[in-house]
Order: sequence, then structure tokens, then C-alpha cells
Amino acid sequence: MSRFDDLGFRAGTGLFGVLIIAVVIGIAGVLYTDSTAAISKFGWQFWQTDTWDPIAGDFGARPFIWGTLYSSVLALIIAGPIALGIAIYISELCPAWLQRPLVFLTELLAAIPSIVYGLWGIFVLVPFVRQLEAGTPEWMKALPLFSGPPLGLGMLSAAVLLAIMIVPFSSSVAREVLRAVPQAQREGAYALGATRWEAIRMALFYARTGIVGSIMLGFGRALGETMAVTMVIGNTPQISTSLYAPQYTMAAVIANEFAEAADELHLHALVEIGLVLFVITLVVNVASRAFIWSLGRQARPRRARHATAPAAEPA
Amino acid sequence: MRTSYRKFMSHLVVALCAGAVLLALVPLAFILFYVIKQGVTAINWNFFTQMPAQIGDPGGGMANGIVGSLIVTGLGALFAIPIGITAGVYASEYRGTRLASAIRFAADTLNGVPSIVIGVFAYGVAVLPFHHFSAAAGGFALGVMMLPLVMRTTEELLLLVPASLREGALALGATRARAVFTVVLPAALPGIITGVLLALARVAGETAPLLFTSLNNAYFSTDPGQPISTLTVQVYTFATSPYPEWHQQAWAGALVLVTMVFTTSVLARVATARMERMQRGS
Repeated sequence: MSRFDDLGFRAGTGLFGVLIIAVVIGIAGVLYTDSTAAISKFGWQFWQTDTWDPIAGDFGARPFIWGTLYSSVLALIIAGPIALGIAIYISELCPAWLQRPLVFLTELLAAIPSIVYGLWGIFVLVPFVRQLEAGTPEWMKALPLFSGPPLGLGMLSAAVLLAIMIVPFSSSVAREVLRAVPQAQREGAYALGATRWEAIRMALFYARTGIVGSIMLGFGRALGETMAVTMVIGNTPQISTSLYAPQYTMAAVIANEFAEAADELHLHALVEIGLVLFVITLVVNVASRAFIWSLGRQARPRRARHATAPAAEPA
Repeated sequence: MRTSYRKFMSHLVVALCAGAVLLALVPLAFILFYVIKQGVTAINWNFFTQMPAQIGDPGGGMANGIVGSLIVTGLGALFAIPIGITAGVYASEYRGTRLASAIRFAADTLNGVPSIVIGVFAYGVAVLPFHHFSAAAGGFALGVMMLPLVMRTTEELLLLVPASLREGALALGATRARAVFTVVLPAALPGIITGVLLALARVAGETAPLLFTSLNNAYFSTDPGQPISTLTVQVYTFATSPYPEWHQQAWAGALVLVTMVFTTSVLARVATARMERMQRGS
């Protein structure tokens, strides 16, 4: 009797689990079927041309993919070192009493809604960036990185805002990764006469794949971030290396045009952008998780939580 | 010489790391400062009870948006909590199985999908077939976002329940289902509720998946079949408008959102601390 009960329980609960898998497959399926018109009409050309003209029915998405990649890479360059520094400070350096408050504050940074970042971006960050841009010395303006009028709205604001938003993600994963490094690694280094930094370097080397994974996870977040970027990047489809230039991202064009997309082709073009965004973030996330997991079974962060001393344990 | 260089390097790195922490806390302080400063001047009781004012008129509120956010988030919770908790039960009860790993992988994948893409998916499933935007479609989008959060919390907290509890129930002749639902799950319930609360707070602050599912509504609506106004979409509309009165209202909305996030974070922290003490005490 109880064997049948068990089977029913297993099948019943398993079914709900299968639902989650179905949702993920469903996302891919829906995005594909709702973008067939654009895929069959434009093919690869969709990603190689720059015209975006909903009225003429001419769609090329290269500026959006450029804007998404450029803004996310810039954010990564700013946020990566900072996130790593925070992770090292919290897990290796800071006094025990400071650990909990710091973890709480970084988590609060992660919990603030994207729309609030965007609002702050429009009214505080963008005017500040505009002033900064207006004060650029002439010789700097000659560089392609700083050319163009000081609008404030543009790549620089977007990258800075993105960086602020992804720091807490990367740093909290990197912190977990560092905690998974066996204490013996550090003790060994100290026993050999290492300084603090040298011991940390040992730990970093031991956890290198996980560290790379944690930074990549932040990159994945940046790629898909929508509201805050939409509000500060200037929403102009153009490919420019200038930090001052207003540009556009994949997520932003979907947010701006989707509700108003009247004809099927326009809608399908937007869904195709969504499909590619889905695939890119999927690849980045799976790769970063593979990096984190490759740290090895015995050193996986989740397990290590119970192995470390309670004092070093920020809930 | 060499030693002093090494010592210097060490101090330098410690200083740089501490600097990184400060650097990250500066924006947090700035954001909180502005949201509170601007929000407090704009917020009052009317903000919660009145409809948005006409363009150019000061005052008014976001009563429709606040109620709408509650409805849409509630619909999402109705969808995500039963599925998430049950799937979490499976993943922890049968954690060695291939299906459990697949579910875990799917949940982590879903967690990484950009919210705007979830919105497009919800549009394809819950708007397109019915030919109109609706609160239910927005709820579905938020529910999909909540799913992995609820599932992973449930799984992790069930794994924390001491094996002796389950063994005791099984020894008394309970079936596995009975042991889980009457002994193990209740033991983990406070933690699960905390996790669900955090998930609710997170999706309630979402804007992107609602832009083209629940859309917006200038009027007061509680009908799940109709477009509905939400606090976040309202803040977005007002923030990107050219009217200073609306900007003030947007700050007030941001203050409400940040207060919600802050309160749930503190509650979660208190609850986790209590659970830890209990575990250590036992």
C-alpha cells in the first residue's frame, strides 16, 4: 500500500517540477513561433543592417546588439574589480561584527527595483554626467571615446548605472565562492610566512574559476537589464564607440516599442530581438554556473556553508 | 627591502578592498538620500487614496496603481506559490534523481532570464490569444519570475530540517507524503514564508514584464480581465513625462517601493537570525 502512496507522491510533486522545465522550454518555443515572420523575411540580414524603420517595414537590429554588448562590457569593466574587492573585504578582511551589516547593505543594493535606479538615473546621475561631459578638456574630446556633444543621456550614464546595479550580484556570488576555499589554503600560506595579500592571492587562485563565474553572472544581469538602461541611454539606434553618444539596447527597444507595435512584422522583429537576448543570457548564465560548479564537489559554496565557523557566517 | 615591499603591497590591497566597499556604498547612500528627500515632500495620505491628478494640477495620488500592484502581484503569487513549493518538495525529497537536477537547472535558468523576455513570453501566452492586455497576463508574468525563487527557497529550507524529524514520522508509520506535509514542511514553514515574502517584494518592484501585459489604466480597476495600472509602470510613465508635478509623484512612488523592499529585507534578516539561533540551540 505504502509503495503506491509513495509513487503517487513522487509523480504528483514531480509533475509540478516538470512544469518549471516546461516553462523554460515554452519561453524558447513562444519566442520562436512569434518571430517567424521576421526570421523568414530578413534572415541573417536582420543582424547585419542598421535601419530600424517600423513605418517602412525595414528592420535591422545591429545597433541594438551593439548597444547591449557595449554597455554591458563597460559595466563589467567598472563593476568587476569593485565587486571582487567587496567580496575579498567581506570574506577575508573585515572584522566579524562588520560582516553582517555590510552583507545587508550590499543585498539592499541588489533589492532596489530597477525603476528606482532609473528614476535616480534620470534626475540625479544624468545631470551630473552632463556636467562632467561639458567639462571635458579639448584634447580628450579628440579621442573617439569622448567625442560628441555633452548630452548626459547616453552610454556613459547607462554603463555607470548598470555597474552600480550588478556589483551586488557579482560580489555576493564571489563571496560565497571565497568562503568555499578551504581554510587550510590560507593557513598554509600564512605558515610559509605569506603576508595577508599573498594569502588572499592563494585563495583567489584556488577559487579562480568560481571568481570568473561570479563576474560573468553579473555580466548576464547587465545584458538583460531593462528599465534603468532604457531611462538613461538616450534610445537612439546608432553604433558609436563614444561614451557620450546616446545609443539603444535590445531590452530597451522591446520595452519602448512592444506595446505600440501595430503590424505583425514589427512585432515579430521585436520578439526576434527578445529571442536572441534570451539565447545570449542563457549561454552566459549556463557558462558562469559551469565555472562556479567546476570548483569541485567538495568545495562547492552551498556545502561549505555548514563547514565554516559560525562566526564567519553571514546568514 | 623586499619584506617592506611585500608589506606595502599587502596594506595597499587591504586599502583598495576597503575602498571598493565604500565606493559601492556611496551610490546606495545617494539613491536612498534622494528617494527619501524627494519622496517625503511629495508623499501624503492622498497618495494612497486618490487617483492621479490631471496634467498640471498638483497633488493627487496613485491609489489605482497601488491596488493594481497588489492585485497583479497577488495573481502572480497564486500561480507561483503552489507550483514552486511542490516542485521544491520534489527536488529536496528526491534530490539524487536526474529529474531533480533537471528541475534545479530549469529553475536557475529561469532565474537568469531577463524580465523583459519574460514579458514577451507572457504576451505570447496570455495576451495574444485573447487579443487584449489584462491584469491576469501581468500576474502570469510576475508568477513566472517568482517560480524559481519560491522553488529554490523551499528546496534549500527543506534540506535544513533535521533528518530525525522525518525519521520519527516514518517510524510511526506515516507515508512519505504524510511525513513531508505534516512534519517536514511545517518545520521549514517560517523560513519558506520569509523566502516567499522576499520573492513577492522582488517581483512587486518589476516594471519591464508589465509594460505590455497588464499595460496601464487611467481609471480604477480591479478586473483581472482588463488592463490595470501598477505602481511601477505608473512611476515609469510619470518619470519619463515632461511635467514637474508628475516627477514629484514618481519620487513618492519610488519611496513607497524602496520602503517596501527595505521592510521585507529587514524582516527576512530578523527571521533568518532567529532560525539560526534555533538551529544552534538545538
